[in-house]
Order: sequence, then C-alpha cells, then structure tokens
Amino acid sequence: MPRSRQSRIGRQPSQLRIKLIPPLTVVIGSMITALPIITDYPILPPMGLLVILAWRLIRPGYWAVWAGFPLGLIDDIFSGQPLGSAAFLWSLVFILLETLDRKAVRRDYWQDWLIASTAIIFVLIGGMLIVDFRSNVLRFDLLAPQILLSVLLYPFVARLIGAIDNWRVAA
Amino acid sequence: MAPPNYRRPGFSKRAQYSIFASYLLGILGAVMGLLLLLISFIDPQGFSALRTIGAEAVAPISKSLSEIGGATGSAGDEIAAYFNAASKNAAMQRKLEQYRTEILEARALKQENERLKDLLKLDEEVPDSIAMARLISSTASSARRLATLGVGSNSGLEAGQPVRSPEGLVGRILETGPTTARVLLVSDGKNVTPVQRASDSLPAFATGRGDGTVDIQPINIGSNPFKTGDLMITSGSGGLYSPGIPVAVVIRKTESGAIGRVLANPAKVSHAIVQPIFQAETVRQIEKDSVEDVEQESGE
Repeated sequence: MPRSRQSRIGRQPSQLRIKLIPPLTVVIGSMITALPIITDYPILPPMGLLVILAWRLIRPGYWAVWAGFPLGLIDDIFSGQPLGSAAFLWSLVFILLETLDRKAVRRDYWQDWLIASTAIIFVLIGGMLIVDFRSNVLRFDLLAPQILLSVLLYPFVARLIGAIDNWRVAA
Repeated sequence: MAPPNYRRPGFSKRAQYSIFASYLLGILGAVMGLLLLLISFIDPQGFSALRTIGAEAVAPISKSLSEIGGATGSAGDEIAAYFNAASKNAAMQRKLEQYRTEILEARALKQENERLKDLLKLDEEVPDSIAMARLISSTASSARRLATLGVGSNSGLEAGQPVRSPEGLVGRILETGPTTARVLLVSDGKNVTPVQRASDSLPAFATGRGDGTVDIQPINIGSNPFKTGDLMITSGSGGLYSPGIPVAVVIRKTESGAIGRVLANPAKVSHAIVQPIFQAETVRQIEKDSVEDVEQESGE
C-alpha cells in the first residue's frame, strides 16, 4: 500500500520501545534461574550480566553510569546471591567501562569480547568471594566451567542483542 | 567501534561537571550496593520478602517447564562429564562395585535392625511428611546452592524444616512464600549438618563446599579416623533433622577430616519430601509418653 510506505519515511519508533527494551531484556536475562535447571555447582551463565554487557558495549551512549545498580539489584532477587552483590559488582563494571570508553582511542570486536570476558570473570569471582570469602578464596577451579561457558556464549548474546537493537530503533 | 565523540567534553565546564556528576551517581550506586550487602550479612533474612516475590513471580514458568523437561536437570553434569571422562569412568566402575557390596550390607543391617526393633517393641516411625513436591529451579548461576520447591507456606511449610528424598538429605527450608519455598541445599557453604558415621556413630559436622560435596570435620579434633567409603548419616543433634537420614559418602581424606559426596543429588531428585522439624516432633513424643506413663502409674 503506497500510503503506509509513505508514512514509513521519517517515522520515529515509539519512545517507550526505545527506552524500555534494553532494561527489559536484561531483566529477562536475569530470570534465567527460573528455568528448571537444578545443579550441584554453578554452571549456568549469568545471562543478565551477558545481556547488559552486550547492550553496554553495543550502545555506550544509552547507558547512564548508575544503571548497573538498579538492574543489578533486580538480578540479585533472582540469582540467589546476597542482595546487593550484583548491584555492587555491576556498578563497578559500569564505572570501569565508562572510564575505558573515555580513554580508548579505537575499539573493535575482539576488544569488546575481551572486555566482556574480563567483566564476566570479575563479576563471577567477585560474587563467589562475596558469598563466602574464607572458604572460597582458593577454589576458583569451581567456576572454570561457568566462566568458559559464559565467555563462549557472549558473542552469541551480542549478536542477539544486536538484532534486538536493530528492531528497537527501526521505525 | 570507536566511542562516540560527544563523550569528550572539550573545554566546556558544564559538560565536564555533568560527567563528574554521572560518575558520582555511579559511585553512589556501588556504595549503596555495598551497604545492601552489609545489611544482607548482618540480617540474612532481611530481604527475604523481596526474594520471595521474585520466586513467586517466576514460579509459574518454572513449574510448567519442570513438568515438561525433567531431563534438563542433569545438563550441567553432562557437560562436566566430558572433562576427564576416562579416569572418571574407571573410578566410577570401582565405586559401583564397592557400592553394590555396601548396599547388600545395608540391606542385611536393615533387616537386623527391624528384627531388633521388633524385639524391643520400639515404635519409632519416621516423622510424617508435611508435603511432597518437585524442586522446580535452583540458583544455577550463583555460587550459592539454593533450590526452589514447588510448595510453600500454604501447604504448611516453615523455615527450618528438613527436606529429604529417598536417596538422602537434600537440605532445609530457608524461606517460604505462599506457593514456593527456598531450600538451602546440603552442599551450600552456609549449611552445616550435624552427622555421624553410620558404622560407629562417630560425631562430625558436614559443611557444604558449593560443588556437590561436603567437608566433614570430626568433633574430636586431632584424630582423623575417616576412610573412603564411610557413610555419614544425620545424628539428630541440634534438633533439626531426624537421625539416620543418609547425607554423604566419604570420597577422600583431607588433613583434618574428609571430603564427602552428597548422596541426594538435587539434579536427580524427582520429588522431595518435607518433614517436620525433628525437635518439635521429639518434644511432642516425650509429652505423649509422659502422659501415658502417668496414666499407667495411676492405673496400677
């Protein structure tokens, strides 16, 4: 129909969609613990973290520095970590990423992956130490499968978030 | 992708201040996270209402999914099994043989036990179960070991009640919502279970290690009497768990104690049974007995 084609030009996507999609996907990612996967040791990738990292690295301009706090808090509700754990660690990651963004001269895909991997390792180890510092400080091998899985999964999550982002801004 | 240029403030004081303010907010978020963490440590149950709301909100998803895909439970195991599969296989073969003989021994012991109980006319029944339900999800992405049970306070569940399966002790109820309950698994680092060796009731404590094993420390420090294959059962001291529930099997010795594998692997537990707190049951039993004694005495 020519009418609708004409109206597509210069049409803006709804502000609600533009504003709400990123945090919404992060919360859905945090809810991965709702899946009936019952394990004896940590193995499931922290999807909330992967999604927020993908958004943060794809759309640096969208995120405020403080955004790690509220979304981390929601992640804590579902993850089983003591409340405040992700809120604290994600805030730190956001501050570091902001600093990095201001310092960096150029950035490519591999650097994004490296940054995301470092952040994942930092948050997972930090979360483990927060749970129990004394008995966990020498047992990082416990996290190895989860870290490996998360780092390998990150590019796929980034692809997915990229696709969602295209849809988000498309009119 | 290079960072966008508008992030560089240039000489504008206003732009520099706004960057400073955004950093300040970010740091404020981190500090508030730390404060919340502190509160969580001082009062671990303080935010249970929030977590309960979260668990209740996603419970319908978990419940319907766990009905469909019971097989997903051991996904983690299956992935992990690829690491050093061959040596594990050999070790498992050896263990299987060992367990076979142990099971036979246990059967004989059970029969003997029943016969002795009959002789003594002991009517020591396992406390009634309060509820039976599926474990619907767990904190599989966190270092904590908590699982969610598909029933809650509507079915009479309370914090502290032991949860077991036919294989052994699963954990105890930590928080309850109307239709869900959080279970602190035996393998969680914050869970300490009073146990004893099945063969000679040597008392010990089993502390979770977060990976399906427990650290077993004897109460008599200095001696290390454990050997591979020892079965640890609940001792009943502390009054939470009724005595005699299998907890773990010793898989190797350490300097001061032993490492044991938890018998009730939550990934494979299809149904968990919630029991009343043992102490409450005992107190009730003693009251009943004493009343009976009085009646008998008055009858004589």
